[in-house]
Amino acid sequence: MSERMNSAWSPSSREVERQQARRRISRRQALIAAVSSLLVLGTLISITITSPGWAVVKKTFFDLGYGRKVFPTVIAGLWINLQLTFIGGFCIGVIALGLALLRTTKSPALTPFRFIATAYVDIFRGAPLILIILLVGFGVPALGLKGIPSNVIFLGTVAVVLTYSAYVAEVIRSGILSIHPSQRAAARSLGLTSGQTMRYVVLPQAIRRVVPPLLNDFVSLLKDTGLVSILGVTDAVRAAQINASRTFNYTPYVVAAILFLLITIPMTRYTDRAIRQRTNAQSSEGVI
Amino acid sequence: MANVLEISNIRKSFDSELVLNNLSLAIPEHTATVLIGASGSGKSTLLRCINLLESIDDGQIFLDGEEISDPLINVDEIRRKLGMVFQSFNLFPHKSVLENITLAPMKVQGKNRDEAVTAALALLKRFDLADKADQYPDRLSGGQQQRVAIIRSLALNPRLLLLDEITSALDPVLVNEVLSIVRDLKSDGMTMVLATHEMGFATQVADEVCFLESGNILERGTADQVLHNPQNPKTQEFLKRVHQAGRL
Repeated sequence: MSERMNSAWSPSSREVERQQARRRISRRQALIAAVSSLLVLGTLISITITSPGWAVVKKTFFDLGYGRKVFPTVIAGLWINLQLTFIGGFCIGVIALGLALLRTTKSPALTPFRFIATAYVDIFRGAPLILIILLVGFGVPALGLKGIPSNVIFLGTVAVVLTYSAYVAEVIRSGILSIHPSQRAAARSLGLTSGQTMRYVVLPQAIRRVVPPLLNDFVSLLKDTGLVSILGVTDAVRAAQINASRTFNYTPYVVAAILFLLITIPMTRYTDRAIRQRTNAQSSEGVI
Repeated sequence: MANVLEISNIRKSFDSELVLNNLSLAIPEHTATVLIGASGSGKSTLLRCINLLESIDDGQIFLDGEEISDPLINVDEIRRKLGMVFQSFNLFPHKSVLENITLAPMKVQGKNRDEAVTAALALLKRFDLADKADQYPDRLSGGQQQRVAIIRSLALNPRLLLLDEITSALDPVLVNEVLSIVRDLKSDGMTMVLATHEMGFATQVADEVCFLESGNILERGTADQVLHNPQNPKTQEFLKRVHQAGRL
């Protein structure tokens, strides 16, 4: 519709003036931003470089040659983090959806499961992830049960999945509760059962609504897979730790941090964009 | 003429507020019954009780002689026979117009996709919306959305259509395109119960007009009797206010 009659339009002299004024304002704002950034960054860098310990820090944390040497082992470890993130992420999605549905259902037959789901979410959302990892990682093998692998990667993943399922279940549940009751009324008045209403009407809208916060949790998940290193899994964090403790040079930590950032920063940017698009699509409030 | 719906002495309250008080009503087949009354007089609640979206506190409701106020009844089966259209349209925003209409025929009546789509497209064509089949509801005007919502109910061939202030959220220009559908349905012989503030429209389609006040029907009769020659002082008072607001 924007093409309608647009070709025949040329801006009035007043509009030209306004455009010039707007350009002047934005030029001035860009200048202020540049000066202020230079000032702040320059100060921070000069404080760091002129500090008495900088020479030592530079050698132990930013040793380029050593960084290059440990890079292959750290990136091999990062591959474990990524595998954990994607396999774990899939399991979390399935379990969390089940928990969210259980917590929102009113079916009397599912009452005991509703209680269990609520207790589960309370416990795993409330306990620190690192404790769950330690309890599962060291506690489950101690039970000596047959058929449960004592592989630390497996147990670490289980612990992360247990905790994140509780978080994600709450996100999905909030999405379900955010769908207006009139949608349910419309679906039920068409004769859809409550299960069909959930599946075809409520859930598709709810999931769409919670995609941005879920992406956020996904980024956190990738970072938190680093915690399984405490069980002895040679992930990126652990690989860096091994190298650092061998030489007392901490550059491997910086390498690991940069590798994580290379993945998480694009992911968070993408998440932010997804959130912005969603808000733009839902509100037509104009420029504020 | 057999009664499609019979309501006898129903009562409904929300907490301490009595919304429907000992109300009785019979809806003969192929007739349009129009409910008028101020906001809060119980019109919407009555429609929601008929559709079993609300449970009643006392009294009975019969659909084709079967008591549907029985708690042991399968509510999903009853609702299949009752179409309901809401003031706020309530289309499913994540589904296209066509999908909105075919969802219930496919999932509730078990029609296959081709059958459901063919029927839906025929309805869309009949009401001049064929070109909107693949659009999403938020791209349509309010009047178009409400027409789609009516078609969505019609797709199930309801025994009785309940229309709850379907034009109240529309501007005056769009009201008419929605009301013309209802006129068409009326001439098709569809049995309907409508809550409305459009008195002029009520005059055109109503076989019976009921004036609700404080959860009961104070006056009922033909549109001519109730709207143009009301006997009850409260009806007179209500219509005077409507008249002052320029709606009659």
